[in-house]
Amino acid sequence: MVEQDPAPRAERVLEVTGVSKSFAGVHALRAVDFELRPGEVHALVGENGAGKSTLIKVMTGVYRPDAGQVYFAGQERDFRNPLDAQAAGLSTIYQEVNLVPLMSIARNLYLGREPRHFGLVDVRRMNREAARTLTSYGVTVDVTRPLRTLGLGAQQMVALARAVQIDARVVIMDEPTSSLEPREVETLFSVIRDLRRRSIAVVYVSHRLDELYAICDRVTVMRDGQVVHTGEMAGLERLQLISMMLGREMSTVREQGSTAFDTDRHRTSHGRPALRATDLTVRHRVHGVSLDVHPGEVVGLGGLLGAGRSETAKAVVGALVTESGSVEVDGRPIPHRSPAAAIRAGVVMLPEDRKVEGIIPSLSVRENISLAALPRLSRAGLVSRAKQDEIVRLFMDRLRIKASSPDQKVRDLSGGNQQKVLLARWLCLNPKVLLLDEPTRGIDVGAKAEVQALIDELAGEGLAVLLISSDLEELIEGSNRVVVLKDGRVVGELGGENLTEQGLLDALAATPAPAPAPAPAPESKPAVDGALHHTHADDREHLPASGPAEDKEDQR
Amino acid sequence: MSADAWASSVRDRDRLLHLLQEYGVYAALTLLFAVAVGLDTSFLSVSNVRIQLFQVAPTLLVALGMALVIGTEGIDLSVGAVIALSAAIVPLYLGYGLPLAMAIALLLGAVCGAVGGAMVALTRIQPIVATLSLMIGVRGLAELFNGDSAKPVTDSALLALGSDSFAGVPLMAWIAAGCALLAGLVVRRTTFGRQLVAIGDNRQASRLSGLPVRRVLIAVYVLSGVLAALAGVMIVGHGAEADPANQGLTMELSAITAVVVGGTPLSGGRVRVLGTVAGAHFMQLIAAVLTQHNVPASYTQIIEAAIICFAVYASQERGTR
Repeated sequence: MVEQDPAPRAERVLEVTGVSKSFAGVHALRAVDFELRPGEVHALVGENGAGKSTLIKVMTGVYRPDAGQVYFAGQERDFRNPLDAQAAGLSTIYQEVNLVPLMSIARNLYLGREPRHFGLVDVRRMNREAARTLTSYGVTVDVTRPLRTLGLGAQQMVALARAVQIDARVVIMDEPTSSLEPREVETLFSVIRDLRRRSIAVVYVSHRLDELYAICDRVTVMRDGQVVHTGEMAGLERLQLISMMLGREMSTVREQGSTAFDTDRHRTSHGRPALRATDLTVRHRVHGVSLDVHPGEVVGLGGLLGAGRSETAKAVVGALVTESGSVEVDGRPIPHRSPAAAIRAGVVMLPEDRKVEGIIPSLSVRENISLAALPRLSRAGLVSRAKQDEIVRLFMDRLRIKASSPDQKVRDLSGGNQQKVLLARWLCLNPKVLLLDEPTRGIDVGAKAEVQALIDELAGEGLAVLLISSDLEELIEGSNRVVVLKDGRVVGELGGENLTEQGLLDALAATPAPAPAPAPAPESKPAVDGALHHTHADDREHLPASGPAEDKEDQR
Repeated sequence: MSADAWASSVRDRDRLLHLLQEYGVYAALTLLFAVAVGLDTSFLSVSNVRIQLFQVAPTLLVALGMALVIGTEGIDLSVGAVIALSAAIVPLYLGYGLPLAMAIALLLGAVCGAVGGAMVALTRIQPIVATLSLMIGVRGLAELFNGDSAKPVTDSALLALGSDSFAGVPLMAWIAAGCALLAGLVVRRTTFGRQLVAIGDNRQASRLSGLPVRRVLIAVYVLSGVLAALAGVMIVGHGAEADPANQGLTMELSAITAVVVGGTPLSGGRVRVLGTVAGAHFMQLIAAVLTQHNVPASYTQIIEAAIICFAVYASQERGTR
């Protein structure tokens, strides 16, 4: 699907041909071709694990490719490290700003190439020029202040100014807008347009489709370590772009009628929701998200990477600081926002990053399972070994956790068994609401099917479940309805017969409303294509006993 | 074939290393004891053993608290200064009797620990910085209370605590043994102990699992402060003088050494109480043997340094790759 390009090599400032790279036997890049023309803004998109970061790191000398070549300005180059690449004119601005926070802004701008006067740094000239440069980037500050006193957006501008000043011919921007305010994004765009005028090429990595369409000329889509498409940005349908990113075949777009009400909608709307989150806002991440989950219901949370799904779940349990919003469990608000308070109220979350946020690696299976329940298993502060063993045995049996013994360290278990241990940690608390963030990512096919069956079973027992999954099939088949997030806002809800892959792809591709509504209640939310969709527990299809093919196994 | 041999030799090496990590300190302690007795049988004499016990008891108390702190991936550098503060305070209140004087000293130790713990848990200052500032400030405070000169102590109850014995074993050793037993119980069997270890191993996951992270961290530093204050009272009783300018100097380092030699990893997530007991005795024994055989103090220090390096090297966790 890679477009043949007639331009001679000299017309490409950066070119990568047949590059492969694998880590410990896992292919991160497979025969990737990529080319960048002078003065173009080239979008590089793909989901997690698609290989974007690896490609950037190969181009900038962080990694060496196992096979293939990197050409820069018409010559084959083998950059030993990013500094080498930078000296040649290939600058990278990473997500986390890579500057020296304690040094002054001017010093950061001129780090390593300070203007000199008799061998000493000419501070006055440096400050003067730094101020002038930054003003042209829309940053007017005292350049003698330490960099860290700037906002993240302004810091990014300094990084950008620095990159451009080092006579860069190519600037690679990895998620440059993730910490920017809308106004700052505008400034960034005007800087990028200026770069384009000066024939500097930009590689623009972002998950925000609106930005790609606003600023990029061409796009390269990656998936599973391969390039699946390269072409002009204009004329590429959003839907097509998304289906290429997610690897779903684009069939004919089924137009949804605007009156597809679900006739049985009152059956779930009846009764009090087990979880009601209202107007949750997390700075830069989540903007006024509201959600209801009823007992026995599985509500999916759909969206692309960076849409704010995990952040929403974390905001619900109080693991992220919220600027506004409230969470009610069975109609009672959770008083203060902390994971401990949420757990007391019966809301638990299976985190996305099992290793960092989930397991206690050097403790045993027994201790990991009983960790959150310790106070309930103790009398006068002493842990009752009998009660602990009872619960551990119960859940090791029920979830079929395979460990040599309850004393085995949890870090020695497989990913699937670790995940089951974490599930057991929560289930032994008898929670009312279960938030699952990518519950089957990176676990083997067998465990995946078991976890999926368990989700079904738990909902059947009356648990309210919020399911986040990048696996579309899992999301659609596992959920009663799916709330779609985009850029931290609820943009639609799918239920009943609209809950299909196609419907979800449509929702993800939908252009946002000009002024995002302040999060209407789920019942009255305008769903995709103007329809109102609702569903109920009986609609739910049961998950297949054997899970779908494992395509996300340890891509990270 | 050769690959198999290589793999099995790697496995053997791993197993050996594992054994070394788990039981090395006990083996080393036994070996050292045997060597000491072999070189000079009078090492086994009652009076010598008693001397060793008197000297190891305060270090062990402080090391127990340190082991708990290190288990949370922290460190407490203020313990030596807390000893000095305790030494400065006790003589001021001895007129009201030992129990009250001791209670006040322990209370102040708890307050110091709470301040350090609060800095670590609430403001997230790094433990080494938080307790370093505390170490400087508290020692200054101690000298403020006491003045520069050492003061003799004559209270009979305190002197008895410092030098009397029960069943032939010094009271100080009994107290230290009791505290070690309690520490073992706390770590193994209590909610607090298990939460402490979990927080040390993965603080983020512990927080998300609803553990009272702040409360546990503060409590751990409070315990460390109280144990250090108790050690301070003992040191004053044993030496029959209060000398805040000198007592407890470099005690934090001895305690850390005992914990590390005992096999508790500095990366947190594990507390080895019995190992700490063995580690404290080992370091005491090394110093005693070398001194008794007239090895100059400078060599003793170099040898101790080598032991610490080896202990840290051996206790490093090796990934199963």
